[in-house]
Amino acid sequence: MSEQLTAETVSQALASSLALVQKADNFQDLKAIKASAVGEESPLSKLNALIKSLPNDQKAEAGRLVGAARAELNAAFATKESELQAVADSEALELERVDITAYPRVAPKGARHPLSLLMDSISDVFIGMGWEIADGPELENEWFNFDALNFHPDHPARAMQDTFFVAPVDNHLLLRTHTSPVQVRSLLERELPLYVLCPGRVFRTDELDATHTPVFHQVEGLAVDKGLTMSDLKGTLEHFARVMFGPEAKIRLRPSFFPFTEPSAELDVWHPGAKGGARWVEWGGCGMVNPNVLLAAGIDPEVYTGFAFGMGIERTLMFRNGVRDMHDMVEADARFSQQFGSVI
Amino acid sequence: MRVPLSWLAEFVELPQNSTPDDVMAQLVKVGLEEEGSHGGDIRGPIVVGKVLEFVEEPQSNGKTIRWCQVEVAPGVVNGVVCGARNFFEGDKVVVTLPGAALPGGFEIAARKTYGHVSDGMIASSRELGLSDDHEGILRLSTLGLDPEVGTDALELLGLNESAAEVNVTPDRGYCLSIRGIAREYSHASGAKFTDPATKVSAKAGSGFSVQVQDDAPIHGVPGSSIFTTLGVSGIDANAPVPSWMANRLKLAGMRSISIAVDITNYVMLELGQPIHAYDQDRLVGGITVRRAVAGEQLQTLDEKVRTLHPEDLLICDDSGPIGLAGVMGGASSEVSSATKNVLIEAALFDPISIARTARRHKLASEASKRFERGVDPEVGPIAAARVAQLLVELAGGQLNGFGSSYRTDLPKIEIELPFAFALELVGVDYANQQILDLLHQIGCELRVHDDAVTVTPPSWRPDIRHKTDLVEEVARLAGYHLIPSRIPVAPPGRGLTPRQQFRRRALAGLAGAGFTEVLNYPFYSEQQNREFSQSPALRLENPMQGDSPELRNSLIPGLLQAAARNLSRGTTDVALIEEGSVFLPAQGNATTSLPVGNVRPSSEQLAELNASIPVQPRHLAGVVLGDWIPQAPGQQAVQSGYPQAILAVEQITRAAGVPFEIRQSTVLGFHSGRAAEVLVEGEIVGHLGEVAPALTAEYHLPRKVAAFEINLDALFAHAPEVLQAAELRVMPAATQDLSLLVSLDVPAADLIAVIREGAGDLLEDVSLVDDYRGDNVPAGSKSVTFSLRFRAADRTLTQAEATLSKDAAVALASQKFGATLRA
Repeated sequence: MSEQLTAETVSQALASSLALVQKADNFQDLKAIKASAVGEESPLSKLNALIKSLPNDQKAEAGRLVGAARAELNAAFATKESELQAVADSEALELERVDITAYPRVAPKGARHPLSLLMDSISDVFIGMGWEIADGPELENEWFNFDALNFHPDHPARAMQDTFFVAPVDNHLLLRTHTSPVQVRSLLERELPLYVLCPGRVFRTDELDATHTPVFHQVEGLAVDKGLTMSDLKGTLEHFARVMFGPEAKIRLRPSFFPFTEPSAELDVWHPGAKGGARWVEWGGCGMVNPNVLLAAGIDPEVYTGFAFGMGIERTLMFRNGVRDMHDMVEADARFSQQFGSVI
Repeated sequence: MRVPLSWLAEFVELPQNSTPDDVMAQLVKVGLEEEGSHGGDIRGPIVVGKVLEFVEEPQSNGKTIRWCQVEVAPGVVNGVVCGARNFFEGDKVVVTLPGAALPGGFEIAARKTYGHVSDGMIASSRELGLSDDHEGILRLSTLGLDPEVGTDALELLGLNESAAEVNVTPDRGYCLSIRGIAREYSHASGAKFTDPATKVSAKAGSGFSVQVQDDAPIHGVPGSSIFTTLGVSGIDANAPVPSWMANRLKLAGMRSISIAVDITNYVMLELGQPIHAYDQDRLVGGITVRRAVAGEQLQTLDEKVRTLHPEDLLICDDSGPIGLAGVMGGASSEVSSATKNVLIEAALFDPISIARTARRHKLASEASKRFERGVDPEVGPIAAARVAQLLVELAGGQLNGFGSSYRTDLPKIEIELPFAFALELVGVDYANQQILDLLHQIGCELRVHDDAVTVTPPSWRPDIRHKTDLVEEVARLAGYHLIPSRIPVAPPGRGLTPRQQFRRRALAGLAGAGFTEVLNYPFYSEQQNREFSQSPALRLENPMQGDSPELRNSLIPGLLQAAARNLSRGTTDVALIEEGSVFLPAQGNATTSLPVGNVRPSSEQLAELNASIPVQPRHLAGVVLGDWIPQAPGQQAVQSGYPQAILAVEQITRAAGVPFEIRQSTVLGFHSGRAAEVLVEGEIVGHLGEVAPALTAEYHLPRKVAAFEINLDALFAHAPEVLQAAELRVMPAATQDLSLLVSLDVPAADLIAVIREGAGDLLEDVSLVDDYRGDNVPAGSKSVTFSLRFRAADRTLTQAEATLSKDAAVALASQKFGATLRA
């Protein structure tokens, strides 16, 4: 009995093919189904073959019927294919699954030294205020370290500094005891007004213990301009303290003596984050540049005034970052630097 | 400076029950930093007791104790057990009663011991903190004391004293005295001050010859400008030192020696004037103050024979030198237990002369410390009179009118202070009257005229010589807390210099690549300075450690040492870097004399100063050992070696923006077959490779350690100011491989260079992908394979064009190195 081409038979043929497509659960099956559902022997192809025997006025309608069914079937194949592809893809990825927490290290963990990071970050505070960073030699001629800074050759303050001299002593060479010679060089070489920060390494003959080291680091600031007063010094230090220790930090000045400043002061900082509670911490020294220091650079102290300050980097790191023992900073144990990474 | 509180209270009103902390809290406000407190660790009841009787009781442990009946208050008798046996019935002793506490936190309670209840303890000098002697029980009769039973012994012996210790800055010589500290306390607290120098009147003696013959004054300042002597006769040199005096000296940090010496020290501490006491009968003739003759010798009080320098100032009598002026007396004329007649010396010496002598002979004495910092020129005659007064009171002496009063006129100091200057320097608008009041308070004489005041500072303030010194006085006494805050506006800054940015980039790059920054001391042994550099090393005059007397000329030895420390602490994979100075000889001559301090040196002088300074290039170096990449699941370990050193150098040169080359070479300290020079534009800027195994063994490191060291200054000299971009070619590339047979001794770098040169502009990139030696390659040769990428700027390149270019490269390689194309 030959098949009738009716809407019903087309719909039946489509339904039976679609059912097969739905059942397919791998590409091979789907391929086989495709062959049987759209090949020459497939029900829809057979129905399609009947079109030419239809009367002309029915051909168009029949063609549309079969075409629509084919389109729907093809869409079903495509959908199924992409469904199977998605499953296959995800299975493939699953096969590649690893324990990502067991990752291999492909480069060592590097780190900056926290002292050098701290000096950089302090420099940035002052760069932000328009200051510049000045450097100078660690091994100095005595003149830059003492004489130019109003340390008279016989002044007892010169004995306050425990200085490493380079042999023979008569050559007047020493390891700088503070970064102040860089201030002298700045005064000699730069134009006024002058706002410079001098971070660097300094040397004094102290035995290494929990709070001392013969080789340590300082940062000193120097500003020389018209009309500078101790107020400018205080405001600058206050700003610096807040950046370093938080908005609640404040500073306190106590009278003191340094040959290169007059008036001179010791500087305490109120450290809100101190271990064991907020407290005053001795931080450094400061004062108004002694007129003799300006004169040593040929600057008229009746026209210009200046202020200067200095603090130890090791000491700052100790109370700011809770480092308990100086040995950690000088022993070059990589673990000490690595705990900071590149942040201080 | 240690300040016994009761002594201080003699000259300034202290609130009742002030503690050392209270006193230091005031003094810190005016610039005397607190150092600590002394004494005050003893507590009563501690009383005078009388030993009525005792019984000796031998004990099973071999000791014999005394069971004593001691009257501790009129009619009150306590039973006390005592282990010492150096006292007698009837002796007055010190009894610590239950509830008392002795130095060291020793609490006294009634306790049962050796079968008795001991109601207190009979104390020794040592237990009371009076001396370190082990002489047993303190018998008050040995101090010349016979107090009533029950007297408070703390008060009697001055044991309830405590002292505050403050740090005196070198400008404040006058604060090395109770007088000066009392004055400062008064400034800080407003308490009433009585100058001890006004309590005694200066006494002038006569008849003793004093001459100052200074033929070589330093800076034109005579060695001595004031020299007072005063005689006291008939003293009992063995008179006991009263316990209050001994106790104050001890609290002030000095030992009690004898009545005469103690009095001179006491007056020095009180008034700040160093005093010397001579045994007058041992002086031969009068005194002459003069400079030493080269080679002259003197035996000082510390029994050392010192060879003198022509600059040393001497006190001489007719027998020759008898003292190193202002520093230490001589042995020949010192007071002794046999001394009857004393000549007191209170002189003023040139601070610089004293400082030089004290330093030259490494002889910092209490006297030299004060002279160096400046002694009040007016206080000498007063101090001499005070010593005489105490010798009369405590040693039974008599003023004999003998003495001298040598004195030259001192320059009068006048400083002009415009009132506005305080505001200009400090930023506080002090009232004129406040400025005058504060300056008056510190003892200045003032003459006001219009907008300024002419100030004569007090005699005890040689540190006040300039108007800024006066302003500091005003600011510190008014209080630094008054100073307002203001942030000055700096002119627009230029940020970090390119050189400073380069340092940061290089370090950040290396840290990012896996290296850890460390900071090593620059002190090396002679041996270490010969390991990696032939540069002569600089030596320290006073190294901390005898085995590291030199300054480093390379960073690598310090890094090897650091690596060894890490290894010893269990870190086996180490990659360390350091950025720092190395020290090389100066290019110019040493400076023999220095320019003065307060004048700008000429440009020639500055050039000479700078040329005298050793050359100190900044280096960046590293060492790497162990595994670069450790073994892990799915990953083989990669051992560190020279490639990591090259990686580091690449990071550094990239941070400078310059290309580098390496040239295999023999480098001091490195493995003879694994080392290279690092070149930038043909200049050697550093080295890299693997460290010589003999050296790694020396440092107790594994055999394989790689290292590099770059002179950052030399490298940065080649850095471009601004990098110019090359045109980026975007047409499709053609890739070809090239295998060459070439002699083993031709370095890959040289082959790459000729390939680049030969292939010309079309060659975009060349990399070495294989180096094969063995089967099918003739002995003495290697087969090296390169991957070449060609690209034209304006068209898609055909393989034929690429091949032409490659053939040109082969031709040049063949011409230069005899290379042949390998099929």
